[in-house]
Order: sequence, then structure tokens, then C-alpha cells
Amino acid sequence: MLNYLKLIALGMIFFVAALGADWARDIAYQFHALLIMGVSAGMFIWVLRRTDAPAISTDTNGYFDGVVRAGVIATGFWGVIGMLVGVIIAFQLAFPALNVEWAQPYANFGRLRPLHTSAVIFAFCGNALIMSSFYIVQRTCGARLWGGNLGWFVFWGYQLFIVLAATGYLLGATQSKEYAEPEWYVDIWLTIVWVAFLITYLGTIFTRRERHIYVANWFLLSFIVTIAMLHIVNNLSIPVSIWGSKSVQVFSGVQDAMTQWWYGHNAVGFFLTSGFLGMMYYFVPKQAGRPIYSYKLSIIHFWALTFLYIWAGPHHLHYTALPDWATTLGMVFSIVLWMPSWGGMINGLMTLQGAWDKLRTDPIIRMMVVSLAFYGMSTFEGPMMSIRAVNSLSHYTDWTIGHVHSGALGWNGMITFGALYFLTPRLWGRPAMHSLSAINWHFWLATIGIVLYASSMWVTGIMEGLMWREVDAQGFLVNSFADTVSAKFPMYVVRGLGGLLYLGGALIMVWNIWMTIRVGHHVTVPVNANANANAAPAE
Amino acid sequence: MTKHETDEATGVDTTGHEWDGIKELNNPLPRWWLWCLYLTIIWGIGYMIAYPAWPMISGATKGVLGYSTRGEVAAEISRFEQQNADLRESLTQVDLSLLKDDPDLQRFAYANGAAVFRTNCSQCHGSGAAGGLGYPNLLDDDWLWGGAIQDIAYSIDHGIRNETDADAHWSQMPAYGEVLSSDEIDSAVQYVLQLSGGEFDVEMASAGAVIFEEQCSACHGADGKGSRDVGAPNLTDAIWLYGSDTAALTETVTNARFGVMPAWGQRLTRSDINAVAAYVHGLGGGE
Repeated sequence: MLNYLKLIALGMIFFVAALGADWARDIAYQFHALLIMGVSAGMFIWVLRRTDAPAISTDTNGYFDGVVRAGVIATGFWGVIGMLVGVIIAFQLAFPALNVEWAQPYANFGRLRPLHTSAVIFAFCGNALIMSSFYIVQRTCGARLWGGNLGWFVFWGYQLFIVLAATGYLLGATQSKEYAEPEWYVDIWLTIVWVAFLITYLGTIFTRRERHIYVANWFLLSFIVTIAMLHIVNNLSIPVSIWGSKSVQVFSGVQDAMTQWWYGHNAVGFFLTSGFLGMMYYFVPKQAGRPIYSYKLSIIHFWALTFLYIWAGPHHLHYTALPDWATTLGMVFSIVLWMPSWGGMINGLMTLQGAWDKLRTDPIIRMMVVSLAFYGMSTFEGPMMSIRAVNSLSHYTDWTIGHVHSGALGWNGMITFGALYFLTPRLWGRPAMHSLSAINWHFWLATIGIVLYASSMWVTGIMEGLMWREVDAQGFLVNSFADTVSAKFPMYVVRGLGGLLYLGGALIMVWNIWMTIRVGHHVTVPVNANANANAAPAE
Repeated sequence: MTKHETDEATGVDTTGHEWDGIKELNNPLPRWWLWCLYLTIIWGIGYMIAYPAWPMISGATKGVLGYSTRGEVAAEISRFEQQNADLRESLTQVDLSLLKDDPDLQRFAYANGAAVFRTNCSQCHGSGAAGGLGYPNLLDDDWLWGGAIQDIAYSIDHGIRNETDADAHWSQMPAYGEVLSSDEIDSAVQYVLQLSGGEFDVEMASAGAVIFEEQCSACHGADGKGSRDVGAPNLTDAIWLYGSDTAALTETVTNARFGVMPAWGQRLTRSDINAVAAYVHGLGGGE
């Protein structure tokens, strides 16, 4: 019966998408309508073939790990795509001729840049977060993922969101809000997927067989809930036509800027910090085989971080139309945020107490340590850059680009690589990754890549900041903008090379994962809660 | 329910919780961490008292230092304005042809003009003023509308072929594609190549000479040396604004060109115009 309802729903989606394709006001909308026609037709056939077939019984005693396996592959795939586009646009900046004429307007820097940021943040990091959330919440709750195939809906729905967003940028559909570029219908779809994500996650927490909720789950839950709130408020807009991609923002002027950076800063805060701290709190103690350093610190820094982060957004708008009082508050909250951010670094690094010798032999632990080191560096650099006087030099320069990449490549990238190396053998029933020396190569390529990237951007950022503000004794401007651009050229090449090394490391990882999976098989791990398994007086 | 153990490696008790094999040590908050947190909070309170911070019913608190970002910028600008007031006044009043007799004022004008140029002119003429295709090179001594300092100031003030200033330099070359056949245009182009010392077809050029005499000489002169009265370029030198090959010349003759420059008098002060005129004049080609 359910299958018949599904078939009716898919048929209706197909019909509406066909109308959309016919009446589309712009190319992006038309392409998306055709894409949805294709997806719904494919699903229609898929459901039809299974209708009235004997039901295949699934073993619901084990963890729901199929979706985590798919997430591992998706994370590796999107990671390579996002980094590749990053390398391309890095060289486009160094050599503008790479904005090749025949690929215009689709492959110019302006369209590829949001493709890079979204592919890395939402596709690579987002898939890493969803798959680790699903893995961690099951393990630390001692419960199978709640909601059955809702987990698969979250996974595939999220991939569809990524494809709609990415192709939309290339075809010119954007609402021009940084990290929130997708247009209204893509935003609505993400909202539906995200609510499903929240429901599966909460459902698993509610059905847990552990008495307490592990700290990783606090962070992951704060990530899911806050991102839902940020996404909805920042994307409040009215479509010009339901048959076109263009929409008009509800807020305007400085209110829109403030909403955007409240969103933008907390996308960093709750997506790339809280969510990844959740990953850190599981994978670091598991890989090190050591207890978490301090329970008290995890409580205090969790609540301090969660309370403070949400106010820090105005520091993105120093010296703009935003009133001084608002930027003062943003700056003060950013400075106070310094120690709560470092709480996560301390708890992660100190968890290695008694296991530091593993740094010599285990490149996965080494990746996690470098990741925490870059986390500490970025969360010191961030508050420093939020200080008005520092910001007057750093804002709009490449220093900001260096800052976000020491966070994204160092912290988010490295901890994700560590998690992928941890998960792959466990999910495909292998004793270890295919090649340990390949992990070593990956570690060194990535680390050298980050160092080249971050240091070249610090140099060129501070240089251009100083050049922009340089005036002579009579107050006259010394450099033209084009002078600063040409002065940056050598550093742009170094940055591109750094990105290339980082991409090379990721390709080695993908090869290593592939070789591990090839000889592996899907394993079903029985649900194992300490409350049950360790209830026997074994201690 | 929970059972506290002692961790062997560190000698610290655990909290007794365990999830998937992960335990937690019962370490206290690191002292230095806590003190740094307190310090940042105390600093934050102090900063919010000193600077504008809290939104009230009518306006926000001003802070005891009376600081504002706009005030800071305004103070910096007015400091330079006061410092330069006398020189700026002189530059506003100066007879540009006599500027070279006042070295202090000339130095000021160059520095001022360079800054104006970098901000307003470099987008088209290049930050080194060497121009580009369609945008004249300001470093050489070839001037369409005059290279004396007053002529340059006039061009900057009123602009060229714009719709906003009635006194803008104005001239318009006809699009000869509507007047001549393509054979005639090809011949005229060969003659222009001959004038500028390029390679040309002798037979076509001699036919082109007649066409040039009839159609082109009124503005470009019988000798092809151009006329500054109508901004008609000299065709006998090697300087070409839109390219000097046969294809570019054919395009120019067929469809004509219409280079526009804004009237900067509508945006810049008199002293800034004088300054940037002095700067451009001093780049090397001024007359």
C-alpha cells in the first residue's frame, strides 16, 4: 500500500517538474526541473519494480551502517571535487587567462568561487558531519539509528541539495549571500532534509540504552539545531515567480548584512566548530585509546562556546554601516570566546596523555594532533582579527582567506581524514587501511600544503593591507589597487602550489580507501550498549 | 550505578561513565585556562564601558572615551586638510602655465595628482598611465586634444564625447561602411598604411589616396597629420589607439570609433583637477 502512495507522489512530482521545465523563467530553474524529472522517473521505476515483490527482511539488530558507508564514499568524492575547484580558482587568480573564453560564463572565477566554498563546506564537511553523526550517535547511545530508512532519505536528499546548489551556481542562480548562495527552492529542500536529520538524530538519542548522553552528542545536537535556525532566518526571501529561481530578500540594507553575518559566522561556529568538536570528542579518544582528559572542562567549554558564539557575528562588519555599539559587542564576545574555543583543543590534546608515543607510529593520531593544533591557532587568530584595530588592517585582505583555510584545511580537513581512516576498515571488515605508508604520505603532503597556503596568505594579506592604507606625509594615497594586485602575484602562485599538494594528499587517501574497500565486505556490527554488555560483574 | 576507576597512566580517577569504550577523567579545569577566561571577561566589561556598546531606548551608550569609528576617520582627514589648506588654496587659484615657477606647489600637485590618478584614472589608463587598447597612453607626446597643461586640465574637467557636459570635447568620425563600398574602404586602408610607414599594396593605395583626399582629409589633414581641433589622430606616426593592422583599420573605417571619457569636473574639486593635470603633464609627454 505504501508503495502505491509513493508511486502516486513520485508521479505528481514528475508532473510538476515537467510543468516547471516548460514554464521555467531561467536556465538554472529549467535544468533543475529536468533533473528532478529524471530523479523522480528513476525512483518511480525503482519503486515499481519492488511493488508487490516479497519483502526482504533486514537485520535490525545491528547498527544502521549502510548510510555511514555511503557517507564515507561521498565525503571522499566531494572532498576531491571541492579541493580541485579550489586549486583551479587559486590559479585563476594568479593567471587570469585561465578564465578561458570558451567556458564563459559558466567557469569564470565568480561562479567557481561559491562552487568551491560550498563544495568544501557543505558537500565535503557536511557529508563528513552527517556520516559521523550517524556513526557516533549509534555507538555512544548503544542504539540503532532511529527512523529506519529516514537515514537514507537524509543522505540522498542531502546529495540532491548539493547537486542543485552546485549546478545552480554554474548556471547563474545565486542569492549572493556568502555561504548561503542557493536560491529559495534549494533552501526549502535543505530545510526538509535537515528536519529529517534532526528527527533521526533525536529519535536515536531518545531510544538510547546509555544512561548519560556523551559529550560528542551535545556538540552534534547543538550543530544540527543551530544550523536549522540559522538557515531558515538567513534565507527568508520571496520568490519573484514560483517558476523561476530569482528571489528577493526579506531584509534589506544593514539589517540584511547583520543577518547574513550572524548566519555566516555561526555557520563557521556551529557547522565547522561545534559539529567537528563532536567528531573530535569521539574519534580522538577512540584512536588514542585513552579517556577524555576532563569531563568538567567539556561541560564548561561546551556551554560557554554555545552561548558566546552566536553573538560574535558583527565583527565581520567593522567600519561599515553597522553602528559601533553592535560591532563592539561582536568584538567583545569574540575575545571572550577565545578560552571556550581552546577548551576543546586542551581536552583533545590532553586526551593523548599517556599515549604520546603513538605520534611516532600512528599517522592517524598525528593528523588528529595537527588538526587540533590548527584548531587552536585559528581560534586564537579569529578573536585577534576581531579586534577593531587589527581588523582595520586585515579586513578584505588575503589574511582572512589564510585564516579560514588554516581552519578548513588544518582543522576540518585533517580531523575528517583521521575519521575516514578510522571508519573505513571498521565499516568494511578490514583489520587496517590498505597502506599505512600512503597515510604517511597524505599526512606530509597535507601538512606542507597547509603551511604553504597559510603562510603565503599571511604575507600577501598583511602586505596588501599595509599597501592599501599607505599615505605619504601629506596624506596622499601611495599605491593604486592594481599595484597591490600585481605585488601579490608570487604569493598567489605559492598558494596554488600549497593547494595542489593538499589535493594530492586527498587523492592518495581516496586511492587508499578504494583499495581497502575493494577487498572488504559490508559488516553488520551488533548493537552493543555498555548498559547491557558490561552489566555483568566483569570488573 | 557508576563506578569510579583510577586511570593507570595518569593516576586520575574517571567519572565512571563509559560510552563505546570511551571514559572520562575527572580532571579539574586547568587553572591557567580559567584565569585567562576570567581575564577576557573582565577586559570585555572594561572595553564595553570605554567604547560604545549597549543599545538603549534612544541610541546606544557612547562609552567614556567618546570614541566612534566615523569620528576617528573624520579626525584623520581633517588633520591632513588643515595641514594642506594653504597649498590646496594656492592650487585652486593657480594659473597652471605658471605652476613650474613654484616648486613647492608643483611637488604638492604631483603627489596629489598621483593619488587622484590612482583612484580615478588608473582603471582605464592603467596604474602606470600607459593606457591600453582604446585608452590613450599618457606617457608619450602624442595628444589628441592638446598636450599643454591647460589643455590637459580642460580634457579632464569636461571629458570627451560624454552626454553630461555641454563643453566636453566632441567630434564624431562617420562610419564609412554606410558611405563607401568595401573595395573603397580597403583602398583607403592601404593608403593609411602607406601614410604610417607600414607595408601596403601600391595599386590600392594610389586609389585610396583619392578617397582619402575626398573623405578623410577634412579632419585628418591633407598630409594625414590630424587635427587637435577635432581630436583627429595623426595617421603618419606609429601610435595607434585601436590597433594598426589591416583588420583593425578596416574595422575603424567601416564602423568608426567613439571613445568616451567622463567629465571629471562633476566629481573632483578644482584643485584635484589641477593636480591631476599637472601629474599627467609631468609624466613625460607634456608640452
